[in-house]
Amino acid sequence: MGYQDQLITSESEVNEKFKSIKKSPVLLNKEAWNKRMEKRIIMDKVARKIFSLSTVFALVILGILFYRIGVQSAGWLNLKFLTGNLSIFPEKAGIYGAIIGSVWLMAVVIPVTLLLGVSTAIYLEEYAKEGKFQSFIKTNISNLAGVPSVIFGLLGLAVFRRLFGLGSSILAGGLTLSLLVLPIIVVASQEAIRAVPNFLRDGAYAMGATKWTTIRTVVLPASLPGILTGCILAISRAIGETAPLVVLGIPTLILAIPESLMSDFTALPIQIYYWTLDTVLTPEYANLAAATIVVLLVVLLLMNSIAIFIRNKFQRRY
Amino acid sequence: MLTNGGNMQSKVVYSVENLNLWYGNDQALRDINLKIEKNEVTAIIGPSGCGKSTFIKTLNRMVDNIPIVRTSGKIFYHGTDIFDKSVRLEELRTTVGMVFQKPNPFPKSIFENVVYGPKIHGIRNKKQLMQIAEESLKSAALWDEVKDRLNDNAYGLSGGQQQRLCIARSLAIQPDVLLMDEPTSALDPIATNKIEELIDELKNNYTIAIVTHSMQQAARISDKTAFFLMGELIEFGDTKKIFTTPEDKRTEDYITGRFG
Repeated sequence: MGYQDQLITSESEVNEKFKSIKKSPVLLNKEAWNKRMEKRIIMDKVARKIFSLSTVFALVILGILFYRIGVQSAGWLNLKFLTGNLSIFPEKAGIYGAIIGSVWLMAVVIPVTLLLGVSTAIYLEEYAKEGKFQSFIKTNISNLAGVPSVIFGLLGLAVFRRLFGLGSSILAGGLTLSLLVLPIIVVASQEAIRAVPNFLRDGAYAMGATKWTTIRTVVLPASLPGILTGCILAISRAIGETAPLVVLGIPTLILAIPESLMSDFTALPIQIYYWTLDTVLTPEYANLAAATIVVLLVVLLLMNSIAIFIRNKFQRRY
Repeated sequence: MLTNGGNMQSKVVYSVENLNLWYGNDQALRDINLKIEKNEVTAIIGPSGCGKSTFIKTLNRMVDNIPIVRTSGKIFYHGTDIFDKSVRLEELRTTVGMVFQKPNPFPKSIFENVVYGPKIHGIRNKKQLMQIAEESLKSAALWDEVKDRLNDNAYGLSGGQQQRLCIARSLAIQPDVLLMDEPTSALDPIATNKIEELIDELKNNYTIAIVTHSMQQAARISDKTAFFLMGELIEFGDTKKIFTTPEDKRTEDYITGRFG
């Protein structure tokens, strides 16, 4: 009884049931298809060429860049350059101070952005109720990520330098750069947190876990690779930023090595910027700028590879 | 560990009275009244979208996580209304465990999965945690299969093993009630059979409410059966009676496979 009543039992019944399908008229003209086939295959090849050429174009530009700075920095990039102090004489100049300055900047940017960025992302994804307010904030954080870095420089100038009286210290520069990359970390963390499937949260809630316990023990561990990747990408953005620091009035010719958060400092991109400007006066400065670019690029590539490594190593299956 | 003293001795574990539930403006549960008794397996059956999953998720207030849900009526758990402001959600859920439709172990080791509950509730002693893990895994009939690889990732287990791991995880906080939301719907027949045997074993110590798509399963493992249809409880009673001499025409139609 039951559903078995509806089962088809004999072949004749099958034929009866599918008769209508068998007899459906031929609506398709395969001849016409084959005529157009040639054209579509050509289009396919053209498309393939366009896309591969686009990629080649980008690679060629990158190649030219590498070649230029390679040639220009050749002979200038050595241990003495890395460990030497600044000097107005090109052959004596080194970027030790700028490297230390950049490291100090990151020492401010990393904790500030991690704490503020991840906390904001957790709030928006886990606590904030869905609604107009939440989507308003989300949209504006995305907007903030698109604001030109010069504007952030002006903000830093007005708030950190003038209002808080931090001068052109590492703290002022670091906080300004933190603001600049904060939206990147927030958005990346939000995406990582959103990618944690709800059934994992339910598992924790069903064991009597509070929201925070669930976030701490389930959501954050699962989203950590994504968050870290976002952080490293944001930091590599911060390490290469020039405009906000220029607007802040970070000086270039600093002979003292920075010693604390309140020290004056210079950073790698600033050094590149001023040396490039002064090439008119001293042509060798171009070589110094190129050598500094190589250092900065190596640091960036290193950080990006760490990001990729983390992403691949800790990618999780659910 | 949560023990409420004499209160917990009562035969009736859950007493649901005039329960209504809405998702926004859609009413998902209509005036539900039923009692779930101690050490019994109560099966909840019905076609898709009849509210059976919603109902079971109301029993440990998992529905609270959905912002648009509203409820009215009362659910007494050993005499206490679980919707009362004085009831702590976290406490309720340590007393009422839940196993989900899709096995959902955490991306951690087998051991860490089992002791997750005890750990978040503050047990740090390694020896005690190990004991809890062994006990729970044995109760979930998984110990022999995993005892040599407790530190392996839980996702290396088969689907059926994962589901038993989730059961072990629920048992580790020593609940009184186990809610199961179609625990075998993602599993093959052999794994399903193992879980069913396990449920039969577990009912000696736990009160179990299980949502199931399979009427055969309900008939095999449950003492009481509740038939839901479009948010209403159509019929509730001894499983034997429901499956042999149902009172309502709609119940009869459903269990004989005429719809659903």
